[in-house]
Amino acid sequence: LVFTEEDKYGLYSNLLFKYFLAEGVVCGHDLFVASAKEHPDHILKELPAPLLDDTYRNELGEEATAVKSEDFQDSMKIAWRYQNLPKMEASPTTSTKFGHYYDVSKTMSPELFQSVKWHSFYLHEELSLQPKMKTCNMNSAYARLLQSIQRIIYQEGFDGSDPQKKQKNILRIGIQSLGSMLWGDDICSSDTPEDINSLTKFLYVLRGLLRKSLSACIITVPAHLIQNKAIMERVTNLSDTVVGLESFIGSERETNPLYKDYHGLVHVHQIPRLNSLICDVSDTKDLAFRLKRKLFTIERLHLPPDLSDTVSRASKQDLAESAKLLSSGCGAMAIGKKHLDF
Amino acid sequence: QGKFTLLRDTRTDGSFLVHHFLSFYLRAGCKVCFVALLQSFSHYNIVAQKLGVNLTAAKERGQLVFLEGLKSCLDLLFGEEEEQSGQPSPLQFISESASNLKALFDFVRTSLTPAGSDSWKGPVLLVDDLSVLLSLGATPVAVLDFIHYCRVAVCSQLKGNIVVLVHSNEDSEDEENELVVNSLCHHSDLILWVEGLATGFCKDVHGQIKIIRRVSLELTAEQDHVQIYQYKIQDKNVTFFARGLSAAVL
Repeated sequence: LVFTEEDKYGLYSNLLFKYFLAEGVVCGHDLFVASAKEHPDHILKELPAPLLDDTYRNELGEEATAVKSEDFQDSMKIAWRYQNLPKMEASPTTSTKFGHYYDVSKTMSPELFQSVKWHSFYLHEELSLQPKMKTCNMNSAYARLLQSIQRIIYQEGFDGSDPQKKQKNILRIGIQSLGSMLWGDDICSSDTPEDINSLTKFLYVLRGLLRKSLSACIITVPAHLIQNKAIMERVTNLSDTVVGLESFIGSERETNPLYKDYHGLVHVHQIPRLNSLICDVSDTKDLAFRLKRKLFTIERLHLPPDLSDTVSRASKQDLAESAKLLSSGCGAMAIGKKHLDF
Repeated sequence: QGKFTLLRDTRTDGSFLVHHFLSFYLRAGCKVCFVALLQSFSHYNIVAQKLGVNLTAAKERGQLVFLEGLKSCLDLLFGEEEEQSGQPSPLQFISESASNLKALFDFVRTSLTPAGSDSWKGPVLLVDDLSVLLSLGATPVAVLDFIHYCRVAVCSQLKGNIVVLVHSNEDSEDEENELVVNSLCHHSDLILWVEGLATGFCKDVHGQIKIIRRVSLELTAEQDHVQIYQYKIQDKNVTFFARGLSAAVL
């Protein structure tokens, strides 16, 4: 269960959401899209087009070889101790091929889409039907969504209930903007909501459904609107992976020279610890994302080289201050009280 | 015998302790009732196999009573009417408006009360984790009542042990959770408090564990014994060492 905290204007989390669904199309998984905001048909029409392996790998290959040939010539003279260290990889997955890359400027072609079976849940169309399950004090919109998901899982055999079904497939569920007012939940608008447990109950039941079947789910939530922080803590507890996106639009960080190459930060609050005692923590905790014309990339946040001629003391101070504010780590591994992560 | 152990974690995941206690008590031959609210059975099974215990076999010979919260909740909500002819679901409080954990307590009591043919050593109740009950709509008072009833039944009457995991955060805004955790701390005989290092994330030392033996409860005018160790979690094992003496440093 991947839980994504939306950035303030929802631009980038929407992108991540579409990536998840697009990956499902390319891998041939079934899709289930639920939204109260946009009609799922529209969402699905706007999925990014996958980049064919050859073209992208060539591009990437060219860049890499270009860099290598340059560096080969000048060996380091002053900092010669550093020469033997491997070059830092800005993007964590250049060598391993996991998943696909997408071109954000183009939309996915309809032919690719036809081969995939997809189901949708658009809240305003479903309001007319009565839920058959016991609502157990949950928000009725959530109850209907759960019932719909459960019905699809059962009918399509994702939970192994149909032993004759030979081909096992995975269901990718995407739920957009859960918890917002469009779903009838008032946790985003008031400090003391009517039913504080609706969202957490929903997540618990959803977790049960996911564990019982071959499915994966991404949820985006406008976390910045939720007034009651206790809910966010409980929700983090109930999810497997929690990722927060913080975009720089409209905030003071936009003009900060530390962040000038990037469009936002990625906070990984929790990673799953399933089926083992330990979890796989990456070396770095500071991740930032940027949206180029064609690509959306997530990279390690690194300070730009300090090459300006007129370096004043004041600006250096700023950089140091903002470097201290970098992420405080994620919750599956221990995080500290002070900002002294190594 | 008759001890209440509280596992508490702050800013990190203390579930490795739950896995440890589960395999420990099963190997010792105790009858275990495991209320697993957060993860599925197969997760615990796979980890237990790495630690050398087979949960499926334990279930079959009656040594382990496993309540899989997620599955139980689904059966409650999506189940057909005919299936619920027998006992009421232990998680009934989710669908009822009265937040009363009595059904859950009854389940625990019936599973740990020794039947005539049982030859297990003392009963053990293991809960992972209690904070989920609050998320599902139980009030803090109901949760504390449940624990109290369990203590009376398991610790006093059946002379068994209870181990419970809760989450807590220092600057937590979740008042209900903090209320439950603080109250449980006062009543526990042993507290294992797992925390992150104060200096931040470290690859070789995953955190520190504080062991608090509540000797003060025994009215001998002694203070609680507190011991602090640091630990590192590996695939099949957890190594503990004194502070500052991690293998990476030595």
